[in-house]
Amino acid sequence: MSSFAIDKAGPGRKVKFGSMSRDRVWALRWSYFFLTLFAIIALLPPIYMLITSLKSSAEISAATNPWWVFHPTLSNYHELLTSNQFLRFFGNSAAISIAVVAITMAISIPAAFALSRMKFWGSATLATGVFLTYLIPDSLLFIPLFKMFALFGDWTGIQLINRWYVLIFIYPTLTVPFCTWIMIGYFASIPKELDEAAIIDGASWFQTLTRIFIPVALPGLIAATIFAFTVSWAQFLYPLVFTTSTDQLVLPVGIITTLIKGDVFNWGQIMTGALLGAAPPLVIYAFLMDYYIAGLTAGATKG
Amino acid sequence: MAEVNLRKVVKRYDDVEAVRGIDLDIADHEFVVLVGPSGCGKSTTLRMIAGLEDITDGDIMIGGDVVNDVPPKDRDIAMVFQNYALYPHMTVAENMSFGLRLKRYPKAEIKARIDEAARMLDIVELIDRKPKQLSGGQRQRVAMGRAIVRNPKVFLFDEPLSNLDAKLRVQMRIEIKKVHQKVRTTTVYVTHDQVEAMTLADRVVVMNKGRIEQIGTPNDLYHKPATRFVAAFIGSPAMNFLPCRLEEAAGRLHVRLTEQIAFPLPSDRAARYRNANPGQQLLLGLRPEHITEAKPHAEPGIEPFDATLDVTEPMGMETLIYFNLAGKQVCGRVNPNAPARDGQPLRLAVDLNNMHLLNEATGAVI
Repeated sequence: MSSFAIDKAGPGRKVKFGSMSRDRVWALRWSYFFLTLFAIIALLPPIYMLITSLKSSAEISAATNPWWVFHPTLSNYHELLTSNQFLRFFGNSAAISIAVVAITMAISIPAAFALSRMKFWGSATLATGVFLTYLIPDSLLFIPLFKMFALFGDWTGIQLINRWYVLIFIYPTLTVPFCTWIMIGYFASIPKELDEAAIIDGASWFQTLTRIFIPVALPGLIAATIFAFTVSWAQFLYPLVFTTSTDQLVLPVGIITTLIKGDVFNWGQIMTGALLGAAPPLVIYAFLMDYYIAGLTAGATKG
Repeated sequence: MAEVNLRKVVKRYDDVEAVRGIDLDIADHEFVVLVGPSGCGKSTTLRMIAGLEDITDGDIMIGGDVVNDVPPKDRDIAMVFQNYALYPHMTVAENMSFGLRLKRYPKAEIKARIDEAARMLDIVELIDRKPKQLSGGQRQRVAMGRAIVRNPKVFLFDEPLSNLDAKLRVQMRIEIKKVHQKVRTTTVYVTHDQVEAMTLADRVVVMNKGRIEQIGTPNDLYHKPATRFVAAFIGSPAMNFLPCRLEEAAGRLHVRLTEQIAFPLPSDRAARYRNANPGQQLLLGLRPEHITEAKPHAEPGIEPFDATLDVTEPMGMETLIYFNLAGKQVCGRVNPNAPARDGQPLRLAVDLNNMHLLNEATGAVI
């Protein structure tokens, strides 16, 4: 009763009860509104690609409703999936991406561990430096990099330009700094006592990394893996510059260069190729999302 | 099992001296507690014994060998951390056996040790759980189990109970004591809680500002503190300190608090303080339990006086009283049946047989 009287004493004051939940309701409505809006914007292109990929060339050029398929056909898929060339692009992309992920992890994990845990002279500066290198746009780097590999070919006689595997050496310059940076963050969130406990238990630095840090920071590792894979898979500029022969191309470049003949755009196959090209990252996301659970560290310390 | 010795150990971070040359000898099987306020250097000292911090100067010996440059894993120690530091991706059994597996102990031996430790700590049924499925107290048991299975020379505890709630803390305190009675491993235990220090320790090391103030058994520290810091730090509620002077009156040595209040000293105390400089500014240290309600019959060294109580705090087994004496708030402990009421006068008595006299300038107990 007394609290009721106090509320009445200030008639001009807004009653706070319930206002929190009213704010919350509006926050939710706005979030749903914008989430739906962005989902539509993000999903329209792939839906359009899917629709177009199911059409014959004749239907694409006909003046019908572009958002509807009147005579669905899988001929685009059949042609691409039986084409040696397309499978070659796919194979090149896969080999490069898997190799780049492996190289990136092999470098980033120990680097992040050293930078986040082994305090040595200049470690903090180095950690920032790693991040700064990521800020340089790759479009600035491709000419000097091209020159480097051309000179390397001149000096050693080992020709790497126009070989698909040259990209395995180039992509880590993009993936390593960012992945190292992500992992530094994840490793830094592991309580210091955990490695101290491991060290007292008799673990070496390497054992602390492999037996404690990698399992505990698995979500971060997976995030870095996904990043490295996506960057390598979707990279366009470098393969366009470094590879030219048809059998050396990767998927994104291959689709553009072989399916556009002069000014003839084979839209149906371009869309099909793009969709098929987008599939592996999607599958990887879907598969790894299950493991991508934050809060794996819960229970390590006071939780 | 081994003794631990510290010789003039110093730890300096840039310009800050965290530990200022401490000497400490811990005997085999002994349970020693380092206690002090935060920033006193107790945790740093423990971490130096563990090898997690380099020492700037001095020597640390474990089992007679200087271990200054020996890495933690070769010191044969085990440590229990405040936040448990369990490996979150491993089960309780895997957590406990991690060190043994690294050292490639035979499987049967590992299992036997885990079983024994789990029985001792009453965590047998938790052995296959992950740390996140455990409560705080259970996690701390596992952390202790991880230390026990290693069968190290020395146990190091870094505020292991600070994250637990009050009730669990008391329970785990008893558990730790029981474990030590069974395994008898030399133990160094760090806490800021003087009750924990008093209840657990064979000997307590009170630290302040990077130095050791006093080393002694819990009873020694309580009844014979060497400095004002120790006198004030040990005991709850804390000791009362009242400005006073010594003076001769009617052939007896008196301790004078105010113009009106002066107590004659009992003969043994008078003999002890005879040589103190009479004009000197001193402090009278009295623990709350030595300020009680006045008894009807006189006893030697028990001197009555009147006070008006400000606040009373009934605790059940006793009542804490607060009143003003010589311009200072003073705490006393009276029988719950005594007529102590807020704002009311009460006849009290001080027990001068248990008094302490301190030099106000130096803080030293005379």
